Amino acid sequence: MTIGLGHYLAVASVLFTLGILGIFLNRKNVIVILMCVELMLLAVNINLVAFSVFQGNVVGQIFAMLVLTVAAAEAAIGLAILVVYFRNRGTIAVEDINAMKG
Amino acid sequence: MILGLESWVLARPEIFLAAATGLLLIYGVVRGEVATPFVSVMTSVVLLATAVLLFMPYREGTAFASLFIVDRLTTTMKALVLVGSAIAILMSRAYFEQVKAWRFEYPLLVALATLGMMLMISANDLMSLYVGLELQSLALYVIAAFQRDSVRSTEAGVKYFVLGSVASGMLLFGASLIYGFCGGTAFVQISRALLDGRGAEIGTTIGLVFVVAGLAFKVSAVPFHMWTPDVYEGAPTPVTALFAVAPKIAAMSLLVSVLMGPFKPLFGQWQQIIVVASVLSMALGAFAALRQQNIKRLMAYSSIGNVGYVLLGLASGSEKGIEAVVFYLAIYLVMTLGVFATILMMKRRDVMLENISDLAGLARSQPMMAFAMLIFMFSLAGIPPLAGFWGKLYIFIAAVEAKLYIPAVLGVLASVVASYYYLRIVKVMYFDEPAEEIDRPVFGINRAVALVAAFLVAVFSLLPQPLSLIAAAAAKGLFS
Repeated sequence: MTIGLGHYLAVASVLFTLGILGIFLNRKNVIVILMCVELMLLAVNINLVAFSVFQGNVVGQIFAMLVLTVAAAEAAIGLAILVVYFRNRGTIAVEDINAMKG
Repeated sequence: MILGLESWVLARPEIFLAAATGLLLIYGVVRGEVATPFVSVMTSVVLLATAVLLFMPYREGTAFASLFIVDRLTTTMKALVLVGSAIAILMSRAYFEQVKAWRFEYPLLVALATLGMMLMISANDLMSLYVGLELQSLALYVIAAFQRDSVRSTEAGVKYFVLGSVASGMLLFGASLIYGFCGGTAFVQISRALLDGRGAEIGTTIGLVFVVAGLAFKVSAVPFHMWTPDVYEGAPTPVTALFAVAPKIAAMSLLVSVLMGPFKPLFGQWQQIIVVASVLSMALGAFAALRQQNIKRLMAYSSIGNVGYVLLGLASGSEKGIEAVVFYLAIYLVMTLGVFATILMMKRRDVMLENISDLAGLARSQPMMAFAMLIFMFSLAGIPPLAGFWGKLYIFIAAVEAKLYIPAVLGVLASVVASYYYLRIVKVMYFDEPAEEIDRPVFGINRAVALVAAFLVAVFSLLPQPLSLIAAAAAKGLFS
């Protein structure tokens, strides 16, 4: 069996869905949410690289590089905000993030 | 040519802003905390100078191998964003001094976020769209949590970050699908592929839905609004003022240029999505705000409702609709900045007030402030002949001409419901017994902003034509 574009897209969609589900079903820890966001971005990268290879143009790979860079910056900022939050509250459990309700 | 001089000339406002922000950052780091007042004022000056640079001399075209586009619409939107950010920085000093978070990083982060907004407004390729959007978002996540010893501010930062990253991820997933099915990321390539029928596959439509969902989050349209009330309430008030104007205008401009540009051939498909989001936003903005006690939370729902009206203008898909969008956003900018300038003046015994009931008796203790607030509230409620009324009128005319009769009627009804809570604020200011008098505002800038905004609302009310001519010229840029 040859592995075609469809297989790559299927893997990427499964990873992306896992990422989204992880964010909304996870009730424990905000760090897990950060990991799920990374998972979503990696799924996008698989998509981009697969399309790039099968279409024979390099744009997707350049895009993937940009996504990797931004993902690193995003993780850094997310962790920094979490550290600040932890100093105030002493917890980063998802169910404790509830100072405001409307 | 990629490195032709023309590219650099077209992007000179962005380059100037980036360079000036870098220099001010170095100055701030070298001098330390004493540099804060200087850096703050200079950042506002730089933002306003960038706005002047947009028009002197005015040039249009595409730059950097068509990653970047400058036309009348982008220039007008950038001017609105720059003015909004500059004034939001000026308004922030008194508040941050009060809470002991007056640091020079704040104005610089706002400037970087504004740079991101300018890049996303000018995006002409999915890659530049993504990079601009992220530059904006990453700076805004930090600003939301800027008051770092406050539980509510940091919590707002965490919520904004988590939901914002999910939205960026969805947008990116959509972008990857569009790239795959259209064979390119440049807007011209996408539009060519759709017109040929090559890209008109289900994959492109799914990608478009993801992209619209991501952008709907950034403009806080229902059903992607859930972050808005919490972030607006938790973030420091000057930050809320910034959030309510600049990023919203930038994201709305991006939504317009993506949907009316490369995705024009799929109009029939995205129109339904935008109409539904618009009607739901107008309804939620009207009903959920009724029982709010906190004025920042109320303004969050009010901004959701206003986004609904703007989306209705976009959904009509005509030149007139886009003109109404630009006109509405300009008036929304003035009204919102005025309201927040007034909120920032509300103090009692040196404590910032945020509850609507704290406004009681304001008409007796601060008649000027109360009158300015009255003008903003009447204008937001859309009472003729105030500026907000003209904004809504243009939107509804465009919607009716596009045969969107039911959404237009629902919009009028939602605006009737919404006028209840705007008028309630007026009632509290003018007819309720004050509990204790509010401090005399000492710091001049917020008072000046509120009065100038009230004056501008009055001018736009009596003379809407000049502004509507500017909006018409901007809309024409998109259609020529």
